[in-house]
This record gives sequence, C-alpha cells and structure tokens, in this order.
Amino acid sequence: MTGVWVTIGSLAFGTAVLKLAGPLALGGRPLSARALNVVELLASALLAALVVVETFGKGRSLTLDARVLGVAFAAVLLARRAPMIVVVVGAAAVTAIARLLS
Amino acid sequence: MSDQAAARERREAGIRRGIPFGIAVFVISISFGVLARPLMGPVAPIVMSVVVFSGSAQFGALAVLLAGGSAAAAIAAGLLLNARYLAMGLALAPSLRGRALSRAAFAMPMVDASWAAASTGSGTFDPWYLVGVSIPQYAGWVLGTVVGVFVGPALGHPDALGLDALFPAFFLALLFEEARGRRRMVAAGGGAGIALALTPILPAGLPILAAALGAVAASRMRS
Repeated sequence: MTGVWVTIGSLAFGTAVLKLAGPLALGGRPLSARALNVVELLASALLAALVVVETFGKGRSLTLDARVLGVAFAAVLLARRAPMIVVVVGAAAVTAIARLLS
Repeated sequence: MSDQAAARERREAGIRRGIPFGIAVFVISISFGVLARPLMGPVAPIVMSVVVFSGSAQFGALAVLLAGGSAAAAIAAGLLLNARYLAMGLALAPSLRGRALSRAAFAMPMVDASWAAASTGSGTFDPWYLVGVSIPQYAGWVLGTVVGVFVGPALGHPDALGLDALFPAFFLALLFEEARGRRRMVAAGGGAGIALALTPILPAGLPILAAALGAVAASRMRS
C-alpha cells in the first residue's frame, strides 16, 4: 500500500512539473512563426496518437480486439454528429456486445 | 467591458463547452474507480483523481501496479504518458501573461480536451477559456471515481462492459473537432502512424510524445 501512495504523490508532483515547466521557463515570450506553425498542428498529432494507442495497444504490443469495433462505431456516430456522451457510451456498448458474442 | 468581466465571460463560455467533456469523463473515471478499487482500496483512487487529474497517467500507472510492477515502474509509466504535457505547456506558455504564480495557475488545470479547445487555431491559446473547459472535467473526473469505487464491486470486470473502449472513443471525439483541414489531417495521420510504429519498440507514453513529429512534418506543408 505504501507503494500506491508513493505512486500517487510522485505522479501528482511529476505531472505538475511537466505542465508548469514551459509556462515558468518561457514566461510570456512569443514563439517564432515556425514554432507557432507546429503548435497549431500539435493537438491533431497527439490526439490521433492517443486514439490509436488506446485502441490497438496492449502493453508493448499491438493487438486487434473488440475495442476496434467500439471505436469504429464511435467514428460512425461522430460522422453523424452525435453528442459526445452518445459516442463514448456507444463505443463501450458495441465493445461489450462484441465480447459477449465472441 | 472590463478585463474582469471579459475574463468571466470567457471562463463561462469554457464551462458550457466543457460540460459534454465532463459527462464523458465522468463515465470514463467510473471505470478507473472500478479497476483501481481491488488494488488500492476505496480512498486512494479518489485521492489520485483529485491530485493527479490525468486519465492516461492514472490508467497507465494502475496497469503497471495490477501487473505486479513496482511503484518506480508505475511512476515512470505515468510520467512518460504525461510527457506530452511538456510540449503542450511549451505551446501554451506564450499565451500566458503576468507573474509566475498566475501563469502556473493557468497551466495547472490544462488537460488534453481543454488545451485543444482553447487553441485559437493560429498557434495561440485562450487561457480563461481553458480554465473554464477544465472545470466540468475535473468535477466529472473526481465524481466518477467516487461512483466507480463504490459501485465497482457490483459491476463485475469493466472489460465485459466495454469500458476500455471509452477512452479511445473520447480522444476520437476530440480529434474529430480538431483535425479540420488538410494540414491537420496530415499531422493526425503522421502522429497515428508514428505512435503505432513505435509502440512495440519504446516504453508506453514515448510513442505518443514522438507523435509530435507528425505535427513538425505537416508544418512544412504549404497551407
């Protein structure tokens, strides 16, 4: 249990350091035009990476399981402009049904 | 309009925008509470959501501990998964004004959804809007953890309910809003490809950080 509390404390501290390093070191200094160009595209790149790693990743390997069907269903719902909660719960429901049937 | 009134207006607009995120995050953090309870007991998962407030790091560290890994390994995994905050903080920094303490107060609530929502599209960020979007998410994240911890034992294993698909679906919804236009689509495709290619090679989290190179590559395209 000590290990759990050490983990919690260290993650809280470390996450704060990661979030604050840029704002405290750089201050309000402006970025170069080239850097701004990259920043504008950063969210797309990072979010897409999170999607594929959370869909196909299993530890250090890639795998195809029921999550793929759930996330594919989420994409269909998003294309039809469904609200976010419908998208998220729909993905879980399809994944659960696929597991039940397999 | 005074600065204060303008700030409040931006914050309230952010809160309205953040409510759907908060509801989605509420459901996701139920699954965190359910998964964490058998290992951590009822209190620690709630404290963790209050002080860490980061889905990827909390799920990542928990997975290591559940697999029998050491605290050091769990911390390393969680921090690597959050390494992207370093890049996000560097991006946010020039949009923050004032003393160090006030800049820190704007940077602390930053999470993926609020950071992406507060991006103005020209490389700058709206700090009050960011804070606003984070508020419902923080409430949803902590409340969901409490619910998950207490109803968890009645739910059975979360994978049977498909709860592990909640997280990627949430990020996909954020990506759908964000990746408009050819350069952003290229950045997204590049980031996804880099992360997939590096997952078998690097420790968890680093492939996501490396995906930032997709943005660098796409930034060289003509718009």
